[in-house]
Amino acid sequence: MQLTGKVALITGGASGIGRATSLLFAREGATVVIADLNAQAGQVVVNEIAQAGGRAFLESTDVSNANDCRRVVDSTLREFGKIDILFNNAGIIRRATVLDLSEEDWDRVMAVNVKSIFLLSREVIPHMQKTGGGSIINTASGWGLSGGAKAAVYCASKGAVVLLTKAMAVDHGPQNIRVNCICPGDTATGMLRSEAQQLGEANDRFLTEAAKRPLGRVGTPEEIARAALYLASDASSFVTGTALVVDGGGLAGSV
Amino acid sequence: MRLENKVALITGGTSGIGEAVADLFAREGAKVAITGRNESRGHAVTARILESGGQAIFLRTDVRKAAECKRAIDETLSSFGCLDILFNNAGIFFPQTALECSEEEWDLQIDTNLKGTFLMSKYALAPMIAQGSGVIINNSSGWGLVGGDKAVAYCASKGGVVLMTKAMAVDHGRQGIRVNCICPGDVDTPMLPEDAKLRGLDWKTYLAGCENRPMGRIGTPDEIAKAVLFLASDDSSFMTGAALVVDGGGTAD
Repeated sequence: MQLTGKVALITGGASGIGRATSLLFAREGATVVIADLNAQAGQVVVNEIAQAGGRAFLESTDVSNANDCRRVVDSTLREFGKIDILFNNAGIIRRATVLDLSEEDWDRVMAVNVKSIFLLSREVIPHMQKTGGGSIINTASGWGLSGGAKAAVYCASKGAVVLLTKAMAVDHGPQNIRVNCICPGDTATGMLRSEAQQLGEANDRFLTEAAKRPLGRVGTPEEIARAALYLASDASSFVTGTALVVDGGGLAGSV
Repeated sequence: MRLENKVALITGGTSGIGEAVADLFAREGAKVAITGRNESRGHAVTARILESGGQAIFLRTDVRKAAECKRAIDETLSSFGCLDILFNNAGIFFPQTALECSEEEWDLQIDTNLKGTFLMSKYALAPMIAQGSGVIINNSSGWGLVGGDKAVAYCASKGGVVLMTKAMAVDHGRQGIRVNCICPGDVDTPMLPEDAKLRGLDWKTYLAGCENRPMGRIGTPDEIAKAVLFLASDDSSFMTGAALVVDGGGTAD
């Protein structure tokens, strides 16, 4: 077990990559606190972990709200005394060009995907400093490194996540706080299905297109979770400020 | 154990990062073939692995020579029956500007660091394609992503390694082969004091420069080995064509 005795706070832990990571971290011995807006789905994951003999708790949280972020960090510290791992994973997507995008959608995507990382990190980092370090992992995207069609605000938000990651790595490396991000390619989650819907495309056709990459398939949430585990564990003790691309070769070049 | 029943070939496995990877892979259950040019060091590494219950062979190889690369792959296959993981790690470095680097020194660095990676991959791919799976990990460098002072041939070779990694990932993904590289920052290996000496810097001054990165220290060979293990194992099953930076934040700013 690679995370024995660790406490991990995972945003967006009720579904997709966050759910798979919550399950994996718990199997690896971590106490997992899931912060998610969807309390019902979050509770299902918590129960699943408990049934498997792990420890997990749910805090209903809007990660774009400063008070909610403070509350989930406070209650985690009260219950478990520390936070070793912060996985800023909550994210949403709007598939639109700048012409089709409303200002409300711009603000919402930026708040959930980027501002949440700022709000949670500023609560968690002072405690990591006191306990001698920690690992912060942010979910960026392949589209945080390269542009994509009809994804203007998503690309803007994920590009911001990549550079926010590097800036935080520079600031907090001396305190032994490692900050890295993951750049997943298309992964079989609810978000992928919602993209097909937003674009008005048939799910099958959308998935066939998404699979067009060197490995010839989309990823599974578990595969992204294992990358998060690498970054969370001591196996990556010299890794900070890195964007770990996990995309089946999608960004390597055209097939 | 994460590499049980796997066969791994590690070039430049007689010291530094290669040696740490050989040790770690053997502990994780892999049968390891290591190559290098220094026979006595090579046998010392394999002897240590054998003593702790692992399986290892040393194959004296100059990765600049096609025939020797082919022989290393053939002997690994005949000793262990298959090849699952190739770690192209052999590398050399001379601190030189374009004005200081001779043509011979240019060729030596490019041929070892870049052409050696091509040659070993070329012969390793055939058995990997035949078995429908394989992992290739190339050792690039932070200086394969950003420029460094007095490092023209090294930077050129390591930049080449990053893009050859991506090109090979595109070519061989559909055959079940993943190709990734690591980009280490300064690591506590014999390469560092050699570099300090060639630059005419005393060790303390040189080391202080290396430690000037967000994490405030250089890496250990074992920390790089763990990144290579991640890329070699099924934990990275959706990763190909990636450059994994392991540098204590050195290239973050």
